[in-house]
This record gives sequence, structure tokens and C-alpha cells, in this order.
Amino acid sequence: MAAYEFETHEYDVVVVGAGGAGLRATLGMAEQGLRTACVTKVFPTRSHTVAAQGGIAASLGNMGPDSWQWHMYDTVKGSDWLGDTDAMEYLAREAPKAVYELEHYGVPFSRTEEGKIYQRPFGGHTTEFGEGPPVQRTCAAADRTGHAILHTLYGQSVKNNAEFFIEYFAIDLLMSDDGECQGVLCWKLDDGTFHVFNAKMTVLATGGYGRAYFSATSAHTCTGDGGGMVMRAGLPMQDMEFVQFHPTGIYGSGCLITEGARGEGGYLTNAEGERFMERYAPTYKDLAPRDYVSRSMTMEIREGRGVGAEGDHIFLNLNHLPAEALAERLPGISESARIFAGVDVTKEPIPVLPTVHYNMGGIPTNYWGEVLNPTADNPTAVVPGLMAVGEAGCASVHGANRLGSNSLIDLVVFGRASAIRAGAVVDPTTAVPTAPAAQIQKSFDRFDGLRHAKGAIPTADLRLDMQKTMQRDAAVFRTAKTMAEGVDAMTAIAGKMTDLKVTDTTLVWNSDLMETLELTNLMPSALTTIVSAEARKESRGAHAHEDFAERDDENWRVHTVARVDAAGTSVDLSYRPVIADPLTTEDEGGISLQKIAPKARTF
Amino acid sequence: MVQFSLPKNSKITKGKTWPKPEGATNVRAFHIYRWNEEDGQNPRVDTYFLDMDTCGPMILDALIKIKNEIDPTLTFRRSCREGICGSCAMNIDGINTLACIYGLDEVKGDVKIYPLPHMPVVKDLIPDLTHFYAQHASIMPWLETKTNRPAKEWKQSIEDRKKLDGLYECVMCASCSTSCPSYWWNGDRYLGPAALLHAYRWIIDSRDEATGERLDELEDPFKLYRCHTIMNCTNTCPKGLNPAKAIAEIKKMMVERVV
Ligand SMILES: Cc1cc2nc3c(=O)[nH]c(=O)nc-3n(C[C@H](O)[C@H](O)[C@H](O)COP(=O)(O)OP(=O)(O)OC[C@H]3O[C@@H](n4cnc5c(N)ncnc54)[C@H](O)[C@@H]3O)c2cc1C
Ligand code: SF4
Ligand code: FES
Repeated sequence: MAAYEFETHEYDVVVVGAGGAGLRATLGMAEQGLRTACVTKVFPTRSHTVAAQGGIAASLGNMGPDSWQWHMYDTVKGSDWLGDTDAMEYLAREAPKAVYELEHYGVPFSRTEEGKIYQRPFGGHTTEFGEGPPVQRTCAAADRTGHAILHTLYGQSVKNNAEFFIEYFAIDLLMSDDGECQGVLCWKLDDGTFHVFNAKMTVLATGGYGRAYFSATSAHTCTGDGGGMVMRAGLPMQDMEFVQFHPTGIYGSGCLITEGARGEGGYLTNAEGERFMERYAPTYKDLAPRDYVSRSMTMEIREGRGVGAEGDHIFLNLNHLPAEALAERLPGISESARIFAGVDVTKEPIPVLPTVHYNMGGIPTNYWGEVLNPTADNPTAVVPGLMAVGEAGCASVHGANRLGSNSLIDLVVFGRASAIRAGAVVDPTTAVPTAPAAQIQKSFDRFDGLRHAKGAIPTADLRLDMQKTMQRDAAVFRTAKTMAEGVDAMTAIAGKMTDLKVTDTTLVWNSDLMETLELTNLMPSALTTIVSAEARKESRGAHAHEDFAERDDENWRVHTVARVDAAGTSVDLSYRPVIADPLTTEDEGGISLQKIAPKARTF
Repeated sequence: MVQFSLPKNSKITKGKTWPKPEGATNVRAFHIYRWNEEDGQNPRVDTYFLDMDTCGPMILDALIKIKNEIDPTLTFRRSCREGICGSCAMNIDGINTLACIYGLDEVKGDVKIYPLPHMPVVKDLIPDLTHFYAQHASIMPWLETKTNRPAKEWKQSIEDRKKLDGLYECVMCASCSTSCPSYWWNGDRYLGPAALLHAYRWIIDSRDEATGERLDELEDPFKLYRCHTIMNCTNTCPKGLNPAKAIAEIKKMMVERVV
């Protein structure tokens, strides 16, 4: 048994993560009068939200007519009817309020002539319930919206004296014997000490797991830690097969070129110089949703019309846009294209390729952020003491495919919602629970085992095996054969976790060990992704199955619920129904059910 | 005569030289600062060799390759790998910059990598930035308003919004502050270029209604006036920002409000 000392902290709420979702939740919790700690493995402004470029969706109507009902319709359609309708309504309704709040906090949004927040077009955002022309709904701070929002939220947290625990790595959830979450065990990187945070509510805001793939727009720190902790606690993940490939990652480095580039008038061409999106999506062309554009690009490449020496990528053209517009609206990506592709966007096209970008799946929650542990009789059973928000969670507003700019709004709307809910269910006057000593010990044993792992495979090697396998077998196009092979390969790779080799055994900023802990979170995320994908015998949103090319609502309009066994090598799947009812009826001002009834998704 | 000497344990020694990659023809040497408090040793400089034909284009690609393929104990901060999170600031070939957007082709010959200068080191290339963050927090990095909030957004003209360009993009990497001699000597009380750039970002925001208080806070012989326009900050900023100009603007406002 490993003996480690630790310090104990007591809070009403502990938020794990200080990206957009974690910071908004932390701010809200304090507003509710709850004593709140925010622990984060990176300094808040270094969270991945900082990299978001294009903008945040809300029907402000600053550029022309818009309504939350139209935004909701687009979100429902974008999700390919896999999103939960109550959550999607909540998102679209609350979005304008959340954006005005960010503006009041100080976000330096770009402006219109009247001094209002500037909004740009983004893929899949339309008017008149998809019948009208594209709408300008995406509120932007040039092409650095995530940076502007994250820094502002951090400043606001400083103003409100939020209690941050910076460069604390959360290792495991601490669950009571009867399944209530009572806090989290953390490792303080800069001095190698350990900290138990006992809390009445634990909120996971740990972001996505893009690094399960070889080429991703995501940061190195996007390792699905929240999901890993949840799976180790015996709780499930949801809809993991839905992984978004962004059409325009820079060929080679994978760095993102925002969809806002196409929103501002950019377009894609193949080797023949053809604007091929006009052929695939006659109405919305280059601004069709991401799953659709990524698939079209892949088709072009597979049919021999890719660009470059290997014919393996596509061009994004911006050189027809005025240089001043590029400098004002797209300065960041102009810089990235220069640094990472050696391209001057005013003169040459950017080489791009569909690149892993966003995880629609995650920890299942209701629209208050409360984590669900679905059972056969109760598909919406709540796990006491545990919430998840942001990309780590699955509420589910993005269903099978997220619309661009709907994630940033998801962070702030549901970050705030979780705080409102916590205000109702957490009583600040009661005693803070004490996490069971056996749980803490179990987590230390796991930590110590990894710290002294003396197997044959270095962490970096096994991680690379996993990433290459996922890239090959859980890609844009999927076939029964590739996915079955992927399941076998990933099962074998996950089985090698017991043969890891860790070299650094120190405790202060041991990044070898930290990357190993992260791998223990990436691995079950990758495994549930491929297993869930293999099982889904239809095509929906980001899951394009070549042997089952159609969407099958009768059998498959359901959320996949995936649990990993204790060994981390086998996945058990079940399904829960999609929530089809909105929050308000048409009489109460809500959307008409007829409008959002499933239909074929064309553009 | 007074004898000045550095404490014994701060002398940098020559560290380990790792083997060259076999069969590689395009090899480059990397000399990297190493220190960790747990082994009780002096800081040292280790030498690694990489096959450039299988290495990505940036300094960060080389560091990651060393960590993945040669020495997993090498420690540095990184996250976004695209110059936006500010994690990977370090001293490369004598220049404070971001490893992820600094090209290997920008360095001639052997590559020398040290942590940001004059900061306490936590381990290897990781400096302790606690004080730097506290200084940023001290300049009130938020919008302060007194008028009742509008139901919608505060209006701001395109021209007024433009004044924030070149300021709000700061990624808080600390390259500038740690390149400034005034900050090296008086960093405990001089706020340094990064914090002052942020101070100016809020002072100049047309929506902010606390300009007077903000200037009052800076009216101090150390916080602002230790800037002697040495310009290292502006020369080194990997995001192409101009903290020196922001500081000059604040000083100008100080003078203007007196007359
Ligand atoms: C390049 C890029 C551009 C994008 N552009 C847009 C856009 O324009 N519009 C849009 O809507 N969406 C965009 N997205 C998506 C969006 O940015 C992300 O989905 C979103 O920022 C995720 O935010 P988050 O708060 O959930 O997590 P993150 O911002 O990833 O934050 C995760 C937090 O959790 C902490 N954490 C993680 N694990 C641990 C642990 N074990 N212990 C302690 N702390 C931990 C981290 O320190 C961090 O603070 C973009 C994504 C990418 C990759
Ligand atoms: S001004 Fe430049 S160098 Fe200084 S902290 Fe900001 S980005 Fe870094
Ligand atoms: S890794 Fe983010 S700035 Fe270099």
C-alpha cells in the first residue's frame, strides 16, 4: 500500500477546469453564495478555450432579422436529430442574455457601424427555419473570440476573488459507497504535494479528448480527464462515436483555420480549381455544416481531385478578399497560415484537410449539468454531487454534429445553468461530506503504480499507437470492416496499459507521470469511441457509415451509453432515448413540434 | 573589499551528453538547461542530438521529440502549440519567445534553450510565475462601470474598438517582463511591461469608467516609472505587441491629467 500524505480542503463546490465552462460555473457558484474552489492543471488563460477563433452564436439580430427559434431549429437540424430538445431550447433561448453578459464583463467584441456587437455568418446558421438565406449570428472578436472571452472571464473571476488552485492535477473522483460524489484528489505540480477537496458538489469542466487522435486542432492538454475519472468511477459516457472533423485544419500541423474564414467569403477548391461545394450543397455551399463539408472534401480527395504532390488535401482560398478585411477580421489565421503553412493569405490559398476538432460525446448530463447514470427504468437518473459542463459534458445540445460557434455559447449558458442548479440543491449551511479513506487510498495506489511503472512500453509510444489507430479506423468515413478492425486494435492497445514504462519518479512537475495519468484518461475515451461507432449501424451527423449510408430514426435515434470495465479493456453498451419534448409548448411561445420533426438533412 | 560570489548550488555545470541518433545525416545539437530540486544537484546543461529529417519545424517540435524519444524526464510547459495559450515561453538562443512558433530555422548552429531569465525555476524550463500573475491581477483586469448596465451591449464605435488592437491579444507569456533589466532589479515593485500593457488595455477601453482610479493606482515611483524605455519588451514580444508604447501612453496620460 502506497503511503502519501495529503492536505484536506472543504468547499461547497469544487470546479475542475478553468476554461470557458469552468470559469463561468465558478463565477456563478460564488454568486449563489457557495464556497467554491476552482482547480486547474493549467493557468486559467492557458485553457484550450483560448484557441477558439470564429465566435459565439446568439440570435442578437444585430445584422438582420433573427430569433432564438431559428437558432434552435438550426441546432436541432445540425445535431441530425440526436440532440436533447429541452437542452437545445435552453441553449438558444439563453444565448443572447449570455452574450450581453460577456460584453458587460468587458469582452472586446468587434463592432458594427452602430457600435453593436459584430456578427458573422457560420456554417449551418440560417433564417426562417432553414427556408431562408444564411444568417449572421456568430458574435466575433476578430478571429480571437475564445482568447477574448477566456481572458475576460478570468479577469472577472479575479474581481470576484475566486479561489483558484492553479497547476493542480485532478487524479480521481472520490465517490461514497452509495454512489455520491464527495470530491476529488489532486496533485499540486509545483511542489509535489497532494490535496483532497471534499465538496458537496463536484463540477467537471475538463474539456475534450481531441488528443486521442494523431492529428487534431486541440491542444496537448485536451486529454479527456473528466471522462476518464467518470469511467473509473463506474459511470458511463454518452455518444462517444460522434467526433467532429473540422474541414479546415492546416495540412501538416493540424492548426485550425476558423470556419469564419468561409463566413467572410472564403471558399474551397480542388485540383481542378473547382468550387466543389456548389455541387454538394447548392444552397449553403461552403457554409454547409462541418460534417457535410468534411465528407465532401474527403470524397474529392478519394476521387483523385485532391491538391498537392500527393493529391491528399484541398485549398482554402481567401486571396480574393480585400487585404483590409483580412487584416481586420481574420488577423490571427493570417498569422497562423504564414507560420504553419508558409502562406501569404492575400496571395495564395491555404492547404487544408479535415482534422479532429470537437467531441460531441461526453459525460451524460441533463440541461442543468447534473451527471446522469441512466438505468433501464430511469434513463435520466442523476448522480448526486456530480456535474459536468462544457466539452467534457454531453447535455446533449450538439447531438451527432455541433454547429460552429455553438460550443462557446454552450460553455457560458450551461456553466451558468449549473450554478443556478447548484444554488437550489446545495445547502451551504450543512457540513461538507468526508470522502471515504478507502477511496483516497485506492487512488493513491493507482498513482503510485503508475509512478513506478516498470513495463516495456514508454507512455509516448503507447499514446502514438492509440492515436494512429484512431486516425485510421475511426475517421471521417467508416466501414464495418475498418471499425471492427479498430475495435480489435484498440482493445489490444488498451490491454498494454499494464505494461507501461515511466522513467521520471519525482513528484515536482513530473510531466512524464502527468502524461501517463492523461493517457489513462485518453485510452478509455478512445476505446468507447471506436466501440460505440462500430455498434451504430446507420449514418448520422459526424458518424458516416459506408455500409449503412442512411439515417435510421426508427432504430437509432437513441443516445449510446458506454461503460468501461475495471480492467479498461472491454466496453458495455446500452442506449437511452433522445428527449424529444421542448421546454415550452408552442402556445407558451415555444417552437412548433412540427418544425423540428425529423426530416432528411439537405443543404 | 567585499567579496561577491554566487551560492555554490547556483553554478551551472556541464550535464549529460546523450548519444547521437544512429544513421542520421542531418543532425543538430540541443543544449538544454536542466534542474530539479529533488536530486539535490546543481543546474546543468544536457546535450541532445536530433535527426532533423524526422523533426517538425518548430522548437517545440524538437523538445517534444526529445521528451518522446530520448529523455522523458525533460520538463517544459506547452498546450496549444499555436502561439495562443502563452505556456511555452522560454529563452531560445538568447531570445525570450514562444517555442511553438519559433522556427528551428531561425536559429543558427546548435540550439541553446534556457528558462525565462531571472525567475525562480520550478524544474528544467518551468519558471515560477506566481508573482507575475499577481501583478497582472493587481491592475484590475476587468471592465469597471458605474452607469447602470444597458439591457443589451454597451455601444462602442469601430474607432474606439480599434484602440484595443495590439493590446487585448497579449497571451501573458511573460517574455517581455523577463527580458527587462528594470524588472530584473525591481520586479518586486515595478509592474513590468506585461501588467502595464494590460493596465493600458482597460484604461483606453471606451466602455470603462474607472480611468481616474486606474491612473491613481499607477501613480507611484516604482509601479510605472521604473520603465526606462529600454525597449527589450517590444523587441522580444512573440505576438508582435508593443508594451513600451502602451507604457509611454500611460505616462503621457499622467502628464496630461496634471496640466
Ligand atoms: C482551435 C479551436 C477553435 C475553436 N473555435 C471555436 C469557435 O470559434 N466557436 C466555438 O463555439 N467553439 C470553438 N471551438 C470549440 C471550443 O473552443 C471548445 O469546445 C471549448 O473551448 C471547450 O471549453 P471547456 O471550458 O469545456 O474546456 P477547456 O477550455 O478545454 O478547458 C479545460 C480545463 O480543464 C482543466 N483540466 C483538464 N483536465 C484537468 C485535470 N485532470 N485536473 C485539473 N484540471 C484539468 C484545464 O486546465 C482547463 O482549465 C474551437 C476549438 C478548437 C480546438
Ligand atoms: S506583451 Fe507580448 S511578450 Fe509580453 S506577456 Fe504579452 S504576449 Fe507575452
Ligand atoms: S504551446 Fe501555447 S503558446 Fe506555445
